[in-house]
Amino acid sequence: MAGREAVGARPSGGPALTTGPAPTTPLRHNAGVTAPSPVELDEPESESEPNEHTALDNPWVTLVWNDPVNLMSYVSYVFRAYFGHSKDKADRLMLQVHQEGRAVVSTGGREEMERDVEAMHGYGLWATCQKADA
Amino acid sequence: MKRFKSRRRGGAYAVFDQAEARLVAGLAAQVAELLGEGTADVERAGQDPLEAMLDIDGPVNVPDDPVLQRLLPAGYRDDDEAAGEFRRFTERGLREGKIANARLLLASLRAGGMAEVSEAADAETVDQVEVDLDAAGVQAWLRTLTDIRLALATRLGIDDDEHHWDHDPDDPAAVMHDVYDWLGFVQETLVQAIDR
Repeated sequence: MAGREAVGARPSGGPALTTGPAPTTPLRHNAGVTAPSPVELDEPESESEPNEHTALDNPWVTLVWNDPVNLMSYVSYVFRAYFGHSKDKADRLMLQVHQEGRAVVSTGGREEMERDVEAMHGYGLWATCQKADA
Repeated sequence: MKRFKSRRRGGAYAVFDQAEARLVAGLAAQVAELLGEGTADVERAGQDPLEAMLDIDGPVNVPDDPVLQRLLPAGYRDDDEAAGEFRRFTERGLREGKIANARLLLASLRAGGMAEVSEAADAETVDQVEVDLDAAGVQAWLRTLTDIRLALATRLGIDDDEHHWDHDPDDPAAVMHDVYDWLGFVQETLVQAIDR
């Protein structure tokens, strides 16, 4: 997905933390998960503001939660490096995390959201995914 | 240690005292060791041979250690089963990535002239450690500093934004608090150095 390639490249030789479909992805789907499968619709090509998608198109979200340790500058940097956000948008999301305790940082299909959560954990941010209407 | 300064192509540079370098190195090594514990058991314990070959499986349960709980958090908040499956497929890779980052940090300190403890008293030892990072090194430092600070904060019981530290020099945790604050400074300057 455009803009999602890691500016924050992983250390050479290390396992993937930030980008690309994890090799396990095809095997992960539905493995032992009893919750009803999300309807995975094809994504529109353009990567735009998450809230321009409807909940129907993108039934899952990635949430980043506030913590007292991560530096505000670092959190904003991560949002820019990983999601390709502008400085304004990254700062806005970072402040939302800080002030409201959490923010939706990405919207899309379930597997995509799990990749984002995994990447956030690689950066040391506390992230979870859930259905958009949950 | 002064501030990190930016290098071309996303790199950064800073000079540390030997004692500072060894402090960071020691903490990074501890975090890596903690993350490495138990992974061998996970590989063997009752694993399906095919899964072992595909190398996809990992633990389902939340780690016991509060530090590991923070470094390897749940991917789902209100769905234990989904969280377990997520952990099963991601935790090992996450641990390995964090360990690789810590090793890269250690390598950059050694490359910069950090003396091993046994050499510390050696007159040949340079006073300063020059840490010169490429883009991958910057990533490894940012992430490992984060992991160290998360680990220290967990041990110090820093669990909300309103946490204030009364500087009581008699408190044995005072030193750890100072280290935690200093690592925050190091990381802040590194973020600023690459933030263009």
